[in-house]
Amino acid sequence: MDLALAPETLARWQFGITTVYHFLFVPLTISLAALTAGLQTAWVRTENEKYLRATKFWGKLFLINIAMGVVTGIVQEFQFGMNWSDYSRFVGDIFGAPLAFEALIAFFFESTFIGLWIFGWDKLPKKIHLACIWMVSIGTILSAYFILAANSWMQHPVGYRINEDRGQGARAELTDFWAVLTQNTAVTQFFHTMTAAFLVGGAFMVGISAFHLARKRHVPVMRTSLRLGLITLIIAGLGTAISGDMLGKVMFKQQPMKMAAAEALWDGEAPAPFSIFAVGDVDKGHNKVAIEIPGILSYLANGDFDSYVPGINDVNKAEQEKYGPGDYRPNIPVAYWGFRWMIGFGMASLTLGVIGLWLTRKKFLIAPGLRTGEDEVPNLVLFKNKALSPKIGKWYWIVALWTMAFPLIANSWGWIFTEMGRQPWVVYGVMRTSSAVSPGVSQGEVLTSMIVFTTLYAILAVVEVKLLVKYVKAGPPELTESDLNPPTKIGGDTRDPDRPMAFSY
Amino acid sequence: MELHDVWFVLIAVLWTGYFFLEGFDFGVGILTKLLARNRPEKRVLINTIGPVWDGNEVWLLTAGGATFAAFPEWYATLFSGFYLPLLIILVCLIVRGVAFEYRAKRPEENWQRNWEQAIFWTSLIPAILWGVAFGNIVRGVEIDRNMEYVGTFWDLLNPYALLGGLVTLTLFTFHGTVFVALKTVGDIRVRARTLAVKLGLVTAVLALAFLIWTQADTGDAWSLAAMLIAAVSLVGAIGAIKAGREGWSFALSGVTIAAAVAMLFLALFPDVMPSSLDPAWSLTVTNASSSPYTLKIMTWCAAIATPLVLLYQGWTYWVFRKRIGTQHIADAH
Repeated sequence: MDLALAPETLARWQFGITTVYHFLFVPLTISLAALTAGLQTAWVRTENEKYLRATKFWGKLFLINIAMGVVTGIVQEFQFGMNWSDYSRFVGDIFGAPLAFEALIAFFFESTFIGLWIFGWDKLPKKIHLACIWMVSIGTILSAYFILAANSWMQHPVGYRINEDRGQGARAELTDFWAVLTQNTAVTQFFHTMTAAFLVGGAFMVGISAFHLARKRHVPVMRTSLRLGLITLIIAGLGTAISGDMLGKVMFKQQPMKMAAAEALWDGEAPAPFSIFAVGDVDKGHNKVAIEIPGILSYLANGDFDSYVPGINDVNKAEQEKYGPGDYRPNIPVAYWGFRWMIGFGMASLTLGVIGLWLTRKKFLIAPGLRTGEDEVPNLVLFKNKALSPKIGKWYWIVALWTMAFPLIANSWGWIFTEMGRQPWVVYGVMRTSSAVSPGVSQGEVLTSMIVFTTLYAILAVVEVKLLVKYVKAGPPELTESDLNPPTKIGGDTRDPDRPMAFSY
Repeated sequence: MELHDVWFVLIAVLWTGYFFLEGFDFGVGILTKLLARNRPEKRVLINTIGPVWDGNEVWLLTAGGATFAAFPEWYATLFSGFYLPLLIILVCLIVRGVAFEYRAKRPEENWQRNWEQAIFWTSLIPAILWGVAFGNIVRGVEIDRNMEYVGTFWDLLNPYALLGGLVTLTLFTFHGTVFVALKTVGDIRVRARTLAVKLGLVTAVLALAFLIWTQADTGDAWSLAAMLIAAVSLVGAIGAIKAGREGWSFALSGVTIAAAVAMLFLALFPDVMPSSLDPAWSLTVTNASSSPYTLKIMTWCAAIATPLVLLYQGWTYWVFRKRIGTQHIADAH
C-alpha cells in the first residue's frame, strides 16, 4: 500500500505519538521514585508513622505509573530498527552503545530492585528495603542520562567520523565515547530534563495534597506531602529555568536555526528582541504581527543585550551553501509555540509553588494565632495578621489540583520543540530524516502499527487514569501489624510458615 | 577470536538468559489456564513470578540494545524485516506487563477476569512467535544485496519456523511447569509435577524433530554436540520431575534451553542472518558488526555489568526463595 505521503511522514507521526506518550510517564516516574525514597528514608530515621503512610500512598501511585512507563519503553527501543532501519545502520555504531549501556546498567537496576521493593515489605529488613527504592531511583536517573546522551548526539554529533570505505555504504563510527557522554549538550540537557521531571512530581504531590487538604482529609500525611511537593516544585522550577537558559545558549551556538525558529526571528538583528506574540507568513519569510521586547533575545543567546542573533532566513541560506540546495527550516509555528508553551506552562507551576509555600509557611511572619499544628490544615496566610478567607483560600486548593498537569504539558512541548526544531535533520548536519526510514517497510505496515499503538495507548490511558483516581481518592492506607514490624532477617521471619504475604498480585 | 565473535557469543548468552528467565514466565502465564483450577490458584501462579518478571524481561531489552550496538545491520534488517511479528510481540509485552501490575488493583470480577485472559494470551503468543522468529533467522530469509528483507509476512510462516514456534511454546510451558512445582506448595505442586511429565514428553518429540531438521540443514559437529546435550538434559529433566527432584529438573530444563539456543547460534555462525536468495548477501559477524572501538567499549561494559546483574538478580531469587500456596495469598489488595 502506498499513500501519497513522504516516506518518513507516518514513521515520524508514530515516533511522535509513542514518544510523547512514553514521556508522560517518565518524568513522573523519575521524580516520584526519588520522592518516595525520601519519604521512606524519613520513616526509617524518625519512625514517625505518617512518613510510612505517605510512602505507601505515593509509592502506590508511583507503581501504577511506572508500569506504564516500563511497557511503553520497550516500543522505544524496538522502533528504531522497525521504522528507522537506515538510521540504525548509519548511526548504530554510536547510537547503539548508550542504549545498550542503558539496558545493561539502568534497566536491570530499575526492574530488579522494583520487584524487591514491591514484594519485599515482609521479606527484607527495613534498611535493605529502603536501599531498594533508592536503587530504583538511581536506575531511573542513570537511564535518563544514557538516553539523553544518545539524543544529544543527534542534536550535536561529536566524537565520530564518517567511514566511507566499508564497501557497503558509508556510516558514522564512534571515535570518542567519552565525548559523546560528556559533551555540554548532554550535560545541560540532562540537567534540564531532570529538573523538569521533578517539576512534574512536585506539582503532582501539591495537587493531590491540595485535593485532600481542601476536604480536611488525611491531614498529617497530606500536610507533609504538600510541603515536600511545594519545596520540590520551587527548587525544580528554578533549576529548570536556569538549565533552560543554559541549554538555550548552547543551542544558539549549535543549532541557530532551532532558536531562530523558536523566536520567529526571520532576519538577523543586533540587538535582537524577544518575541511575546507573533503571527508569521512562512512563505514570505516574515511576521505579519509581532510584539517584542528589545534586546532580550540577544541576552538569552549570548548574555549580552546588544549582540547579533542570526535569523531563520540567514541560517537557511548558510545551510544551503554548506549542505546544498534545499529548505532547512523546521515547522516554524510548531517551534515558536512549542517553545512558548514549554516555558509558559513550566513557569506557571513554579509560580504556583512560590505562592503556595508563602501562604502555608509555618512561622515566618505569621501571627501566633494563625499558626497551625502538624495535624491541622494549614491556614493560608497572606500577610502577617491576615489569612485568606475560606472562600478565597479554597481557590488555591482548586487551582493547585487543576494545574497538576501543567509541567507534563511543558515537558511534552519541550520535546516536540527540540525534536521538530531539529528538522529536516535526524542527526544535525549529518543525516536527513527523509533518508533515515526503513526502505523495506511499506506505508501500510507503518500505518497498521501506528493505529494499533495509538488505540492501545488510548485504552491504557483511560485505564491508568481511572486507577490513579481511585487510589488518590482512597488516600493513604491504614498501617497493619506487619507494616510496623518489618522482618529482621533477609527472606522474612519464619515464625508462621502460613502467614499471607504482605503484598501479592 | 575477534571481538565481533565475542559479541556473537554474548548475544547468544543474552538470548539464553532471556529464554531461560522469561521462558518460565511465559510458561507460568500459560499455566493460569492449563493448571489453575480457581482464582486463588491463578494468583499463586502469578505470584511465583511476581517479584521477578520485570527484571527477567530486561534480558530482552538488553539483547535488543546489544544487537543494535554490536551488530547494527543485524538489528536493522531483523527488526524492519520481521515487522508484523514484532509488532504483535510488542503489543503482548505491553498488555502483559500492565496486566500483572493492575489485575489485583480493583476487586470487580470483570476487571480481574479480563486481565487474567490477557495474561494467558500475551504469554502464549510471544512464546510461539519467538520460536518462529528464530526458526526463520536460522533457516535464512529473503534478504537482498542491500541487506533488506524482501519477503512478506506470510513467508515467515513456513513449516520449519512454525515447528520452531511449537517447540518454544511447549519448552517454555514445560520449563514453567517445573518452575511452578519448585516454587509452590500443596495440591498445585503435585499437579504441576504430573503435568510436567506429560508436557515434557510432548516437548521432547517436537524439540527433537526441530533440532534434527536444523542439524540436517545447517549443522556441523559442534551443533551436533549441542543438540545431544539439549536432548539428554531434556530427558533428564523429565526423569527428574517424575522422581520428584524439582530442583534438578529445573536446572536441567534450563540446560535444555541454553543448549538449544547454543545449537541455533552454532548453526548460524558465522552468519547472523543468512540470505536464502544468495549466500553472498547474508549478514555475517563481519559485515554486520560495529567498529572495533565500539565493540571494545561494549566489551568492557558487559564484562563489568553482567556479573553484577547475575549477582543481584540471583540474590532476588534467594530473597523470594520460599514456596507459596493459596494460604499465602491475602484477600485484601
